[in-house]
Amino acid sequence: MTEYKGKHMNLFKDLSDLDYLRLNKLQALIYDLFKAIRAIPKWFLNIFVSVVKYIRKFFTYIKEEFVDIYTTFIYGDWKTRISFFVMGFGSIARGQVLRGLLFLIFEVVFIVYMCFGGLHWLSKFRTLGDTYATTVYDPDLDTYVRVDGDDSFKIMLYSLLTIIFIISFIWTWRINVRQNRIMEDILKSGKKIRTPKEDMQSLLDDQFHKTLLAVPLTGIMAFTVFPIIFMILVAFTNYDAAHDGYSNLFTWVGMTNFNALFSMNVGSDNLSFAFGEILSWTLIWAFFATFTNYFLGMFVAIMINKKGIKLKKLWRGILVLTSAVPQFVSLLYISKMFANNGLANGLLMELGFIKDISQLIRFWGVTDIARAMVIIVNVWIGIPYAMLICTGILMNIPKDLYESSQIDGASVFQQYTRITLPYMLFVTGPYLLTSFIGNINNFNVIYLLTGGGPGNPALLTSGGGAGDTDLLITWLFNLTTGAESKYYLAAVIGIMIFVVVSSISVVVYNIMPSTRNEEDYS
Amino acid sequence: MTKKHMGQKLKNRLSNGFIYAILIVVSVIWLFPFFCLVCESFRCESSHQVGYILPRQWGFDNYINLFTKTAFLTWYKNTFIIAVFVSVIQTLMVLTMSYTLSRLRFKGRKGLMNIMLVLGMFPGFITMIVLYKILSGMGLTGANSVPGLILVYTASSAMGYYVSKGFFDTVSRSLDEAARIDGATRFQVLTKIIMPLSKPIIIYTILTAFMGPWGDFMFAKYIAHNTTSGMNVAVGLQNLISTPSSLTANYTMFCAGGVLVAVPITILFMSLQRYYVEGVTGGAVKG
Repeated sequence: MTEYKGKHMNLFKDLSDLDYLRLNKLQALIYDLFKAIRAIPKWFLNIFVSVVKYIRKFFTYIKEEFVDIYTTFIYGDWKTRISFFVMGFGSIARGQVLRGLLFLIFEVVFIVYMCFGGLHWLSKFRTLGDTYATTVYDPDLDTYVRVDGDDSFKIMLYSLLTIIFIISFIWTWRINVRQNRIMEDILKSGKKIRTPKEDMQSLLDDQFHKTLLAVPLTGIMAFTVFPIIFMILVAFTNYDAAHDGYSNLFTWVGMTNFNALFSMNVGSDNLSFAFGEILSWTLIWAFFATFTNYFLGMFVAIMINKKGIKLKKLWRGILVLTSAVPQFVSLLYISKMFANNGLANGLLMELGFIKDISQLIRFWGVTDIARAMVIIVNVWIGIPYAMLICTGILMNIPKDLYESSQIDGASVFQQYTRITLPYMLFVTGPYLLTSFIGNINNFNVIYLLTGGGPGNPALLTSGGGAGDTDLLITWLFNLTTGAESKYYLAAVIGIMIFVVVSSISVVVYNIMPSTRNEEDYS
Repeated sequence: MTKKHMGQKLKNRLSNGFIYAILIVVSVIWLFPFFCLVCESFRCESSHQVGYILPRQWGFDNYINLFTKTAFLTWYKNTFIIAVFVSVIQTLMVLTMSYTLSRLRFKGRKGLMNIMLVLGMFPGFITMIVLYKILSGMGLTGANSVPGLILVYTASSAMGYYVSKGFFDTVSRSLDEAARIDGATRFQVLTKIIMPLSKPIIIYTILTAFMGPWGDFMFAKYIAHNTTSGMNVAVGLQNLISTPSSLTANYTMFCAGGVLVAVPITILFMSLQRYYVEGVTGGAVKG
């Protein structure tokens, strides 16, 4: 603290810009570090505050909705009031026949469905079925035949569909009420209501987004949102091969599965231990996989971009080859190449580096080697993409920055650390985040190279035979496809992956300088 | 002055030479596995793994065996059909979604984007357990897994809109506005103005959508469920060498299959590489 005479640097107070510049490098680093740490409680506070804010906003919204519905009923005319019970009546009565008919049909379908199925499924939702399948003697056939009981899977599926249907009914009903109010307002102000033809035309103009998004959003609802909600529910059941819902019912077990994951039992063969092991390797892997690719890719891009290097296209073309060849070909081949009896060991033996079989390098058989290998092979697979990303951005760095720094006597290394790297990190922040998350879920590289191995004896029973290179995602895959098919555990792990990924994203977004504005480019 | 200049030039030449050396080493490392793969696919004297690269006896035996002894043709056909359908449907889905989110301003747009961001943080595979049950109820697994896989790949593909939205964001909005003032509807703006400008991103989207199914392993394996006729090439070829004994018997055949898959895809990729690079460098970073 020689340079900063008189006063001591107070790590718990913000410095002014001038004071900050007076710090030497070490002090500045310590100061920055402390500032980042001090900011952590603030993030959590911010998250908490915004959650509270959202909840409050939600309740005021609900309150306003009810007030609005109430006033619509009290001050509305008779057409509006009938619409409260017969949906679409107001629309038909005021000339919007098409709209009104759609509302009416929706209501009729809803009531029919609820009477002939929906209520039946909902009534069983609390237990997920209580009638077990049995076999009874059939005198006509002279054998025992199966009498179906309840099917827990179907009960859950249809109950969930019914609940979604009810919510969408309430939503549509609310729109129906609001429509009436809007139509009344329009008529009162002396304007005309849109005809059905104009309605249809607006779907290509000011309502164009509804036309465009109809199909994609239906797909997302049916194939992503619905299954995710379903699997979140499965995490609270005991659904597995032994309780498959058909031959043996499964049922709600509350928080049991989550408790098992977080129980701090002593002993190394429990679920929380397996989860901790696999999670920590997943994070280590994602970190190394992301940053090795990023820095090596940038390095290669800088080399190829350098003035005076010829055949730029050829070099890039060769590297990009690993992106072009489907991963299962390249990765499976590499996996076999480094097998115990594979090409690598064979060549080493031919060349005399290995004398006999006992000296074979077990690339996939030793934890540390296997872990290093997957990271190295991932470099081979992943550099080209990082290189392409970096190439484009490198060309955007203003050339005069380099020229003027060269005149000032900066070395190449200094140019890199002071100009290139800060610029790259600033622009590629979002790419790094997506790539980190992609690596957490990088199924192909691990599954095709090692299959999760080498097996970890400590994880044999609890982890379902998970290995030392298993990521959460491959573990999840093996639990699902394995003999025991622990769907409930797979669901729990899926949720945990979500928790990990989302918390990393929230933290990174908060510290990333380049939170971009999408309007910037237009 | 001249001396310094000379020194600079020499230094530059040295560093360029150094870079060339590194690039050559890197290229050799990058090409080596592919070279070995091709060589091994032509090896006739043995079908297991050996310790040398160049075959002692060259020939097409492995390729012939692949077509006569395995269901390779079916796998290839399955994958090709899936890839064609997926590339068409997914491109339409992705482009509509990204266009809408980029160009149109409507209520709930930000909310929609946030919801999709959150949904994307769930590992895709957990939806598979439910989807498998539903698809098997519809009879679209096992031998019929081709339509099932097309459905799974495309249905929520619109969630991958980020790259092309990044592209559309860079197309000036004043073009839209000018056309709107001239009386064009939003639909006309899309077909007459945006589409012609978006060739690179359209080709990029088609290319990535087409290549996706060739490499997919996780979903395809789960849906095909050990039924040979419902597999794609990735699952089928992996199945060929999944056990130690089958690895000994089929290793060179696997290499041949790998070559047959990799060559067309690589040629396609290389010929459209320009668009791929534009897509990656343009859209991916702007996200």
